[in-house]
Amino acid sequence: MALDTPSAPERSEATGKPLQDRVMGWIAFAVLTLAAIVWLIPLLWALDTALKTEADTTTVPVTWIPPSGFTLESFWQILSAGNMLRWYFNSFLTSSIITLLVVLLGSLAAFGFSRVAFRGRRLLFLVIIAGLIIPPQILIVPLFAEMDALGFVDTYWGIILPQIAAPLSVFIFKQFFDGIPHELEDAARVDGASRFRIYWQIWMPLARPAIAAVAIFTFVISWNNFLWPFIIVTNTDMMTIPVGIATVQSSYGVRYADIMASAVLAGLPLIIVFLFFQRQIVQGVAGTGLKG
Amino acid sequence: MAARAETAGVAQSKKEGSRGRTDLAGYLFVAPFLLAYAAFLIFPVLLGLRMSFFNASLVGTDSQFLGLANYRELLGDSDFWGSLWHTVLFTLLSTPPLVILALVFALLANRAIPARWFFRLSFFAPWVLPSSVVALIWVWLYQPGFGLINSYLVMLGLPEVAWLPDESVAMFSVVIATVWWTLGFNFILYLAGLQEIPQDVYDAAATDGAGPFAQVRWITIPLLTRTTLLVLTLQIFASLNVFDQIYIMNTSGGLNYTATRPIIQYIYEQGFTSYRVGFASAMSYVFFMLVLVVGLAQFAVSSRRRRDA
Repeated sequence: MALDTPSAPERSEATGKPLQDRVMGWIAFAVLTLAAIVWLIPLLWALDTALKTEADTTTVPVTWIPPSGFTLESFWQILSAGNMLRWYFNSFLTSSIITLLVVLLGSLAAFGFSRVAFRGRRLLFLVIIAGLIIPPQILIVPLFAEMDALGFVDTYWGIILPQIAAPLSVFIFKQFFDGIPHELEDAARVDGASRFRIYWQIWMPLARPAIAAVAIFTFVISWNNFLWPFIIVTNTDMMTIPVGIATVQSSYGVRYADIMASAVLAGLPLIIVFLFFQRQIVQGVAGTGLKG
Repeated sequence: MAARAETAGVAQSKKEGSRGRTDLAGYLFVAPFLLAYAAFLIFPVLLGLRMSFFNASLVGTDSQFLGLANYRELLGDSDFWGSLWHTVLFTLLSTPPLVILALVFALLANRAIPARWFFRLSFFAPWVLPSSVVALIWVWLYQPGFGLINSYLVMLGLPEVAWLPDESVAMFSVVIATVWWTLGFNFILYLAGLQEIPQDVYDAAATDGAGPFAQVRWITIPLLTRTTLLVLTLQIFASLNVFDQIYIMNTSGGLNYTATRPIIQYIYEQGFTSYRVGFASAMSYVFFMLVLVVGLAQFAVSSRRRRDA
């Protein structure tokens, strides 16, 4: 799964492969660069708009360099007037707790399924895997009724709890634990370590790559979740970032620079997370390929 | 690698099974997850099924048993069929570009060695963005007059397109935004699949005189069958559940409602705007059955492929 290993063209250049191959390589590079630029334009345009004065956003024809110059006005506007900081806090808090619980519950269960013999474990595991085919989107109505009955509407727990039942994390951890040889564990057991100590002190440190993949994924997905927080939260103060900017956006009127500034602010943490954890995210995605 | 881990696991559990002992600690390990799983997945699934037979409302408790009336009603509801069709149409339109373009870009990126991080960044960065950010950006890009896309169309001497309000264009506008947003995920899956094809296979083919295109056609694509099946499966399931971007472009951007409203949005409206909870639950169930049928069909196809391989 090492995505950075050198492949075809570089090696063939080294071994002196035909010119045709190198030409193909450059054509591929050119086409791909063009596509990549097209892909970056929406992001750059959003940033560009956010840095303009309101008057400069609607000039025709469009211009990347605004006549009145760039300004951070819209960013200050959004951060000082709106609920943006509150939504950041809500998103950060709920996503962190969800991530922690998903990693913990998932790895515990996977350890049980992978390393402890008990009656019915294959059946139970099958039941959990079957849960992968249930689209959470179809559960919005009964889940809301359940949360309403429990008094969790407009609370953090209302946002968090439905997102912690993630069968995929059990699956990913189990795949990882299954691949670790038994000798390690046997040695620890001879020394009289309890099951839990083996899980916590041997398996979890070994599982760092799996933990990173599950954690980053869970964090990104719960941070970006729109539908569920949108349903369970009605109070503006309780909204997460994606819900907040989508539903309260109309209160900015048609102030495009402000709208784009809020979009940029909402997307920024994720882009930063992506830049920092690029490798883990990419390997996490590639890791779902294990299922194939 | 996965297959090997799997076999090891099976052999392992057989060994322990023959020893015939049950370790109670196992239940303690799986209990916390199972509890959450039962409470927030299994229970709502059953609760939804029960609700679908009732004239249930979210606020009141006085619900009345209706039998199959909700199901009967939705079969004759043209809004149900219309929104279901939009979901299917979105899936049919979004899946081919999301699979084929991702494959083409990955094939190219696998050749183009310099600055591979740059391509990963460009294609994958949008995937980490929240749907609402994506929707807001594209509503802005699609604006008439001063919108970036229309502005460039005019500069090229082409007519403007009413991307969001025009009934015949609206769904394509959603698909374009979605392809931009999610292509990176499939791109990465294909890139990983490509890395697993050993170089010697290509070297052998090159020795036999196979050019680059022949190599892609006869080696790369066949060897990527597993990856393609995975990408297709994940993509179809993701597309069938479309809601966020359409809803947000609808409400905040004037996206044509009658041409794009997907089934999840109709379920949401019936449940949370019209408070017809029983009816919405029945709809969820019919939709779930459809997803299940698609899933089973895919499973059948992929297991036959695997037997043939």
